[in-house]
Amino acid sequence: METRLKILLVDDDPAVLELYQELLKKLPSEPEIVTASSGARAMALLESEPFRLLICDLKMPKMDGLQVLSIVRRKYPMLRTVALTAVLDEQFRSRAYALGVDLFWHKPTTEQEVQMFLECLESLLGQENENGFRGVQSKSLMDIIQLECISQSSSLLRIANGSVIGRIWIQEGEVIDAETTDFKGEEAFHRILAWRTGTFESMAPEPHRERTIYKSYNALLLESAQALDEALSAGTGQDTTSITLSPLTRVVQMEGVEFVLACNRSAGGKAEARGLENPDRLAGWTQQCLQRFADLSDLIHAGPLEQVEGSGPQRQVSLARQGDFDLCVGWKHDLSSAHIRDAMKNVTALWAS
Amino acid sequence: MGLLDFFAKPAPSLLRLPSGSFTVDRKGAVLVSTVASSFPTELIHQISSRVLAVFHDATEAQLPLSQIVINYSSLKITARELRGGAIVFLSPRTPFSSTNKS
Repeated sequence: METRLKILLVDDDPAVLELYQELLKKLPSEPEIVTASSGARAMALLESEPFRLLICDLKMPKMDGLQVLSIVRRKYPMLRTVALTAVLDEQFRSRAYALGVDLFWHKPTTEQEVQMFLECLESLLGQENENGFRGVQSKSLMDIIQLECISQSSSLLRIANGSVIGRIWIQEGEVIDAETTDFKGEEAFHRILAWRTGTFESMAPEPHRERTIYKSYNALLLESAQALDEALSAGTGQDTTSITLSPLTRVVQMEGVEFVLACNRSAGGKAEARGLENPDRLAGWTQQCLQRFADLSDLIHAGPLEQVEGSGPQRQVSLARQGDFDLCVGWKHDLSSAHIRDAMKNVTALWAS
Repeated sequence: MGLLDFFAKPAPSLLRLPSGSFTVDRKGAVLVSTVASSFPTELIHQISSRVLAVFHDATEAQLPLSQIVINYSSLKITARELRGGAIVFLSPRTPFSSTNKS
């Protein structure tokens, strides 16, 4: 059964709601338009029914647009979001994009702007919610590589899965090298192929890149497909390359790490640690600290909490949230804060994978 | 027109991210501040109370800290412990600012 896509339009001005409702009816996909006059009403509607796209004004009383978008990005990561505003201020554009909105648009004033706005919305509506890579919807990474190779292209594919970056070098239709955070060559290629979603960019080829992969692209893709099938039939659906070590062990083996602690919020804060004798106190502090600053973000609209760094006479620690886990990593004292910040990103990426 | 203005609703405004610094004592009272007065005092208190609590609880957890840096996607808060109180620096970030380099 074919169902109409739904757009939720949020603005405190009834005249604007009416006007945009009329405008959005012109969209070729003929979506159903639902309106809400406040952030609270929008949240209630999102709870009750699924939407494909949220268009939200920024300036609203009580709960403003940034607050709404901040909550929505966290609660409904697959929902496409558009910030619409009459405020010409670059700070708000930056903050909206930092929150992860798909589109920031000044309220159109001319016929041409309206047309462009509608085209962008139509494009956003057309993007699938399912697995796939943004930019080439409904195509797996395998399809993308196959297309590149069949057309005998030379390119560098830069693939991002969350904060993890992978690169695959293709030279005249052959995969010649791959690289990700901790792996190179074939191992990296298979790791990247195991990612189900992400974004990718096709960049200029690097013809002088040293070749480390000598298998044909068909053989490589076949191996990856087999590994994916095996993983699915085993019911894991996870990264297919063999991971025998627990994430905690892998983190504690990283350079500069003294200890690591992970608290599972969905299991009542149950803590596991490596390199710590008595993790309970630190676990309590970690969870409280991350909760305090995550709550603070909602109050001051500062965007998602990325990480907290603490330094003292004895230790340097980093805290971050990844999925259901609150992580605390202790670092050697001689490391610079910039190094620690980058290394912590690797820790969260490793945890996410 | 002036009469109509009287009935007009005040336009909602967006909260700008704070920039500047402030110092609080151990009880959370703000001693000195360079943060714009348009930024609500209540939110300054929300920041300082959390920062002081985190410093205090860290000491209780046998992890005394002299500095914490809280990185949000749009704001960086740096807090240094100051004899039970703290000095707190607030700096908004943009996707292009140097602090966002990965």
